[in-house]
Amino acid sequence: MTRPPDGLFPLLLEMRDIQKRFAGIPALADASLSVRSGEVHALIGQNGAGKSTLIKVLTGYHRKDAGQVLFEGEPFEVHSPHQAQVNGISTIYQEINLVPLRSVTENICLGREQRRYGLLDWNAMHAEAERLLSRFAIGIDVRRPLGEFNTATQQMVAIARAIGFSARLVIMDEPTSSLDEREVGVLFSVIHQLKAEGVSVIFVSHKLDELYEVCDQVTIMRDGRTVRSAAMKEIGKLELVAAMLGRDVAAVEGHATAFGERDRSRIGDVMFSARGLGAGQAVRNVSFDLRRGEIAGFAGLLGAGRTETARLVFGADRPSAGQMTMEGAAYHPDRPADAIAAGMGFCTEDRKGEGIVPEMTVAENLTLALLPKISRNGVLDDSRQREIVERFIRELGIKCSGPNQKVRELSGGNQQKVLLARWLAMNPKLLILDEPTRGIDVGAKGEIQRLIRRLADQGLGVLMISSELEEVIEGADRIFVLRDGVSVTELEAEAANEEKVLTAMAHGTSASSEVTT
Amino acid sequence: MTELPRSYADRDAVARTFDLFGFLSRYGTVIALVLLVAFNLAFTRNFATMQTLNVNLTQVCTIVIVAVGMTLVIATGGIDLSVGSLMAISGALAPMIFMGKILPIGSIYLGVAAAMIVSVLVAGLLGLFNGWLVARFRVQPIVATLVLFIAGRGIAQVMTNGNLQTFRVPEFQWIGLARPLDIPAQVIIMAVIVAAAAWALKKTLFGRCILAVGGNEKASELAGIAVSKIKLAVYGISGLCAGLAGLIVIAINSSSDANLVGLGMELDAIAAVAVGGTLLSGGKATIIGSLLGALTIQLVRYTLLANGVPDAAALVVKAGIIALAVWLQQQHRG
Ligand SMILES: Nc1ncnc2c1ncn2[C@@H]1O[C@H](COP(=O)(O)OP(=O)(O)OP(=O)(O)O)[C@@H](O)[C@H]1O
Ligand SMILES: [Mg+2]
Repeated sequence: MTRPPDGLFPLLLEMRDIQKRFAGIPALADASLSVRSGEVHALIGQNGAGKSTLIKVLTGYHRKDAGQVLFEGEPFEVHSPHQAQVNGISTIYQEINLVPLRSVTENICLGREQRRYGLLDWNAMHAEAERLLSRFAIGIDVRRPLGEFNTATQQMVAIARAIGFSARLVIMDEPTSSLDEREVGVLFSVIHQLKAEGVSVIFVSHKLDELYEVCDQVTIMRDGRTVRSAAMKEIGKLELVAAMLGRDVAAVEGHATAFGERDRSRIGDVMFSARGLGAGQAVRNVSFDLRRGEIAGFAGLLGAGRTETARLVFGADRPSAGQMTMEGAAYHPDRPADAIAAGMGFCTEDRKGEGIVPEMTVAENLTLALLPKISRNGVLDDSRQREIVERFIRELGIKCSGPNQKVRELSGGNQQKVLLARWLAMNPKLLILDEPTRGIDVGAKGEIQRLIRRLADQGLGVLMISSELEEVIEGADRIFVLRDGVSVTELEAEAANEEKVLTAMAHGTSASSEVTT
Repeated sequence: MTELPRSYADRDAVARTFDLFGFLSRYGTVIALVLLVAFNLAFTRNFATMQTLNVNLTQVCTIVIVAVGMTLVIATGGIDLSVGSLMAISGALAPMIFMGKILPIGSIYLGVAAAMIVSVLVAGLLGLFNGWLVARFRVQPIVATLVLFIAGRGIAQVMTNGNLQTFRVPEFQWIGLARPLDIPAQVIIMAVIVAAAAWALKKTLFGRCILAVGGNEKASELAGIAVSKIKLAVYGISGLCAGLAGLIVIAINSSSDANLVGLGMELDAIAAVAVGGTLLSGGKATIIGSLLGALTIQLVRYTLLANGVPDAAALVVKAGIIALAVWLQQQHRG
């Protein structure tokens, strides 16, 4: 697409003064958004600011109460995401809404099946799915059910599916929250390609650094309103944060990643250890020790076996090889209940699939792993439940109308906070966190990281998995690098830096390898 | 992708959004009941009499009792097709015991007590068998319970050689015929079961676990809930409820016919649950709703019969009501 003389492409989408209430409570008070053709437009704001709601209004998932939408200069009114898709708007929603039991191909081709003599032409569709995925450097068996793959892969499939529809506008609601750096890179090159083809992209993310890499323009929302819109290169990161939070730039300085000071003297003796863990192809030989009061990070590429190892430790899957000990005693959990009884908690990366119970309330979700503790003789103790729930809503700043709001009505980031609270509330000795700050805004992220550090200082052992290398390096006292299901290296926090960890992730050993114990 | 919530709000009334489908799916059953009663008061002769009330109440009891068990099963995301057949089994077994066909029992009281306990327990055990198939082997509930749906009635027929058992045993038949304080005994039994189940679902650990399992099984497992035990338990309870309902039916009839006891009950119970507002995919359930749903279905049937509509047509209407209830659920979900 050639650039017009004034340097500006024509407006593709204009949303003006959009209002939307849920049960009387405004989610969008006065939101506006303008996107030009061939532009990558960042949409940011705190958890619950209304980003996803604005998108769902545009795609007809929600019906707006007031306001105007113009698409390609015409009034735009659709009543379902399908209709939006037909009209050139393709969307990747925050919660992957594909069908886990169906094959990758079926998921990608859903809605535009290819036929031959009136029958579904599977060979053509498998080929099409493979072709689309190859653009993302993903080689998986497209005949297998989608649910067998991890969250990051599923996310990439969702993206491939959305790109596969020839659209004028592609909307991505937090596509990178579960992706590693490498996948993010692949995604960005695809976005650049789309842009070159004149397709516009709306990009929602809480990882502010990446916005500068791909976005041209940014719109900032706060409490259901659009508070600012600017060219990306004219606005600094601190300014972004300040506008999101509604504070001065001075007040937000030093607000970024903050696990706080480490107090290494508090790290105690070994609490948990694993030797030669193995299960299938994903985990082949993993050994590590976790000490009391220590935050240990798992680093590794997609498919390195981090989540799979965590599931073995928690008894969600059973190892075929290796031993574990917990507090000096042999430990072999048959099911998660055994791990919980031993004092462990596991905050999953798959919030929608195996985290929240959508039809249940915030209170019910928050106390799900705590039920025996809040009941007496099998009868639930309401006041005990209320006490715990209210404490965590306050402590983590969960934005909801109250403990009895359905958790599915919460914004993605707030659902994540509920999930974290579920495990913090059980007061574990060892907490496994798989992408703990996934989808959580910059302000709340710092709070949560500080909270984790504080709990570690009180003796909690933490095993943390994060697709953000920065979070692992800054937060962890010790880093275990996994590669192809094998624990290859162990790095002390002081000695670790991004380069060393990356080298180890890719090649198995860091340049100045310091394999210990 | 399938559940698209829509708010059909009046677009001009920004301040006050009114969700019609939400309202209907919450209060639809009550409204339908009120409309049915109003219709009958206006058009059906002799409707406002104690006799009509009695007829309807005694007929609805067995549906409600079975629907309570069914509600719990559906709340976990399952379904139980075997309830009608289990009713036939318990209905066939009980007379054989208290009439001394299996082994002679001296005292009739002892015989009746044994008959009641054993036949209800057998139905409960068969329910556990359903649960075992579902929980242990991950058989789809609809398939797992189809086994006993088909085989169960056959077992009952083999047990009785296909013969009709008739009896006149007041010591047993109080369960369907006695009227303490002028209230039919089975109405009291039903009320107790409904109250207990409604309380358990809302206030107990067990109830919370049922809803969690139906709402997100994987999340429940990870949160340490014993998913398999919960499933075993709900199918077991459904079996117990069906067994009890079987006893009430034969007590009312003074006879037990393995071909007829509980015939079609699975559909009535599922219909009551669906009309009552319980989510058929699990995770959200209401016992009181199922009670109201059963009353609605009973009243529809009564209204049609009392006004001379043939039974076959009544079935069609019943199907229509279920479809409407499920459709309303779909509109409101998400
Ligand atoms: N279906 C719903 N019913 C009631 N309230 C809702 C519903 N959907 C969203 N909300 C509310 O609207 C507000 C905005 O939510 P939204 O999901 O748009 O936030 P967001 O900006 O996408 O946040 P996040 O960064 O956490 O994803 C929140 O307070 C949320 O609780
Ligand atoms: Mg969102």
